[in-house]
Amino acid sequence: MEAVDGNAIGGLLQEVFGTEMTGAASVCGSCGAARQVAELAVYLRAPGTVVRCRSCESVLMVFVKVHDMTCVDLLGLAALG
Amino acid sequence: MAGTALRRRLTWQIATVSTVTVETASVRTLTLDVPDWPGHQAGQHLDIRLTDEDGYMAERSYSIASAPGEPVAITVERLDDGEVSPYLTDELRAGDDLELRGPIGGYFVWEPEDGGPLLLLAGGSGIVPLRSILRHRERTGSTVPVRLLYSSRTLSDVIYRAEFDQPASGVEVIHTLTRSQPPGWSGYARRVDTALLTEVAWPAAAMPLAYACGPTSFVEAVSQALVQSGYPPERVKTERFGATGGT
Repeated sequence: MEAVDGNAIGGLLQEVFGTEMTGAASVCGSCGAARQVAELAVYLRAPGTVVRCRSCESVLMVFVKVHDMTCVDLLGLAALG
Repeated sequence: MAGTALRRRLTWQIATVSTVTVETASVRTLTLDVPDWPGHQAGQHLDIRLTDEDGYMAERSYSIASAPGEPVAITVERLDDGEVSPYLTDELRAGDDLELRGPIGGYFVWEPEDGGPLLLLAGGSGIVPLRSILRHRERTGSTVPVRLLYSSRTLSDVIYRAEFDQPASGVEVIHTLTRSQPPGWSGYARRVDTALLTEVAWPAAAMPLAYACGPTSFVEAVSQALVQSGYPPERVKTERFGATGGT
């Protein structure tokens, strides 16, 4: 499966964070790479939506929707916003 | 004003298809009547949600094809194994309803004050947000010089061809046809590579602003080549939509 990028989840991110996030800065918790969210690697058809670092491929964010609830895991990030 | 728009809650709403335009054999433009549309920026998206009779929902993000101030439009390429696009391209008719939310995104956008010169790089239906940017430039009277490099499989796969045959003043449109070319074709006939970009792209010294949109492999190739040729990474905006073909 080929990755798209953070542009593709602008709607999901706005739903979760309540604001536009594709232009927000992110820092990978593993390698320290800093990128705008739009530039991160996004896998849409994993079990849930998986966002990975474009430098070291570490998992940065995971979003899983269950009915009307979205479960969010941001543990791979050192910083966001 | 921008801040207000960004903090607006993103909610699903029902739009109505006002017109369906055939662009190519597999591509349609849907012009939409959206009752509560706050306005958008060139390059932004909207999300479409389809719900089947069992309640199963499928969501997809589509670039907005129209300029700010024009009726909202999306241009959709039919993917044969797609869950959403065949419905949009084959089933929807003028007068039908469609659930959407938007506008979305603040990264892959252009405003006249962002300046240029602009280098727009499109692979297949990656042309859609770039077309919004071009129309926005023209409607706002911007004189920023633009080069558009547009990679398609064949001439009949070129979306908005009539528009690009007569570009606005200050806009150069350069096509490359990667799969087959009509007799007498004098344009490029290969995938975009470093040599082709060197011929077409503004020199890095001109401080250009680049937007690349298309399949992931296309965007990776062109953005890496631009950065190697001296474009600062932050002046190369990228948008990848996966391996859907079309270049």
